[in-house]
Amino acid sequence: MLQKPEGSDSTQRAANFSETYRRAYRWMLLARVAEDKIRSLFLGGKVTGGVFLGKGQEAISVATGMALRDGDIFAPLIRDQAGRFAFGESVVDFTMTYIGSRSGPMRGRDGNIHRGRPREGMLPMISHLGAMVSVVNGVLMAHRFQGRRNTVGATSLGDGATSTGAFHEGLNQAAVEKLPLVLVVTNNQYAYSTPTDRQFACADLVEKAVGYGVDGHSVDGTDLTSCLKVIGGAVERARNGFGPQMVVATSLRLSGHGEHDDGHYVLPDLKDSALGRDCLQVSHSHLLKEGWADQETLDSWKRDSISQVDEAVAHAMREPLPDPAREDWCAIASRHLAEGNV
Amino acid sequence: MITYLEAIREAQAHALAADPRVYLYGQDIATFGGAFKATKNLAQAYPGRVLDSPISEDAIVGSAIGAAIEGMRPIVEMQFADFSTVAFNQIVNQAATLHWRTGVPCPIIVRLPSGGTPGSGPFHSQSLEAIYAHYPGLIIVTPATVEDAYSMLLESITIEDPVIFCEHKYLYYHLKAESLPSEALPIGKARVARQGRDATVVTYSAMLHECLAAAEELAAEGWELEVVDLRSIKPIDTDTVLASVARTGRVLAVGEAWPWGGVTAEILARVASEGFNLLDAPPMRLNSKDTPVPFHPNLWGTHRPTAQTIAAAARTLLNK
Ligand SMILES: Cc1ncc(C[n+]2csc(CCOP(=O)(O)OP(=O)(O)O)c2C)c(N)n1
Ligand SMILES: [Mg+2]
Repeated sequence: MLQKPEGSDSTQRAANFSETYRRAYRWMLLARVAEDKIRSLFLGGKVTGGVFLGKGQEAISVATGMALRDGDIFAPLIRDQAGRFAFGESVVDFTMTYIGSRSGPMRGRDGNIHRGRPREGMLPMISHLGAMVSVVNGVLMAHRFQGRRNTVGATSLGDGATSTGAFHEGLNQAAVEKLPLVLVVTNNQYAYSTPTDRQFACADLVEKAVGYGVDGHSVDGTDLTSCLKVIGGAVERARNGFGPQMVVATSLRLSGHGEHDDGHYVLPDLKDSALGRDCLQVSHSHLLKEGWADQETLDSWKRDSISQVDEAVAHAMREPLPDPAREDWCAIASRHLAEGNV
Repeated sequence: MITYLEAIREAQAHALAADPRVYLYGQDIATFGGAFKATKNLAQAYPGRVLDSPISEDAIVGSAIGAAIEGMRPIVEMQFADFSTVAFNQIVNQAATLHWRTGVPCPIIVRLPSGGTPGSGPFHSQSLEAIYAHYPGLIIVTPATVEDAYSMLLESITIEDPVIFCEHKYLYYHLKAESLPSEALPIGKARVARQGRDATVVTYSAMLHECLAAAEELAAEGWELEVVDLRSIKPIDTDTVLASVARTGRVLAVGEAWPWGGVTAEILARVASEGFNLLDAPPMRLNSKDTPVPFHPNLWGTHRPTAQTIAAAARTLLNK
């Protein structure tokens, strides 16, 4: 189930920025701890299938998740654990999907990052990059038909996904329909092993916004303060009727593409550059420097994250695994039309 | 008199009137009324609920999926079935998997103006039902009559799964009925369109009419063909087919689509594996030729099965 995080938009605005920052940091930390745990389970052979981490992109993702509120739509992608938690995903949904528990949201039918709860506003990504953009558009069109005002739909994409036809069709459609879509593009310098110069030829991806007739925003994805302000601001603009917003965040992928990949092709110069900063460490230092949290508090947050994750892993391990004999091998909802029943 | 195309328009008008969740989305379908006029005057009658889309088949279907998740009942029009290949990913990977993955159904209708007409050529003539039927999670319907075009479209709106509605362009204008039906066979049931005792011809969509003409031709020679109209491709009503083959002992499956795999192959596979002992002769199938659909009528008329080639195939079958 999605847990509705405390702090709706209005309370968030009222609370001072340091409180927002602290909350964001805690979701980022929880995501990092959870993903580190899944990684070690994967290396220990306890997780089948792929493991894809959001390491280095937690600030971007959390800013997206936190800017959304009840009734909004989020279609997260592979590097969005922090945003998923901030939007309300429970840690057990995360662990149960990786482990494949029958009682998890995907019931062993789909795994890892391919999860969601569409009835609760979190769309379950399919692998095909770019494909979620128009689905979010459709949700927003439905809201318009139904007279549901002031909702926003956000989705994430990588630099590589901006080369798909689906990205183009989706963003153009949102622009034509003037939908409150927020597209958060993270340029983490690679799409799997492909560097950006083999992906696109414009100087900066944010230039694409002009071509679609939508607002474009740039942000340093390693800096939580900027992410909260820029992505939060884009969400507000979408909510206030300014149409689709495209945010381009820059960062560096701090892991392999997935945990099967050592990322040996990532250039050392990039790792040493400002892009290579770890947003979690940057915000950790920022909290200390501003006096928004002391070391003792930070340590207790870490312990709390570890215990939440350990508990969620233990919970998932206790849950039954899918059972082919009990599985309902029927792909359609209208069972009377399943062959054999007609 | 009402045409096949008007029946499709009437079904959409009825759906818009009856169900506030229904909306229509596609290229040129609003004030223009659609490339074939299947939505003529509907934008005027239902303002805000018949929307022109950009030329973005992927996004048309993707957005329909999102709207369906939120409780709407979108009917989207592909201008031609051929262009649905651009939406293929959304149809087969997003719409078809959603319910199975999440338990949340995806009730969308994708209308595919399908099949060949003289002069349409390789990219405005395709019959793609088998490609979609290959994927789990989709319902594929292929109405062959005015009555079915109407009633199956209305029934499709009540189905909780994605429906690929293959309407045949060749039937749009010249196929006519006295009036709209008040009752109908449900989707999933095939119909014996003509009774006969000598051989079963299994077909669907526009080929039904070629098969009926072939049956007429053979009747003059003293043969009685039984013609089964499948009506839906997924699910296929194997029972009705087998029951007919049990009576006749012979089967010919006819389809306008390409020969490799596909609906006719599926029919023969089912008859052979589930009804082998019913057969008095090897089962036969007839499809279009294995080339793209040609433009010129001289070629097109030979590319697809016709009453004459179907009659010839039936004679071969009957003499085995
Ligand atoms: C349409 C499509 N083609 C190929 C893939 C395989 N694939 C998965 S992730 C990926 C790289 C994505 O790069 P990017 O969009 O930059 O996102 P990042 O992984 O950097 O977050 C590729 C090629 C896919 N999922 N979808
Ligand atoms: Mg990338």
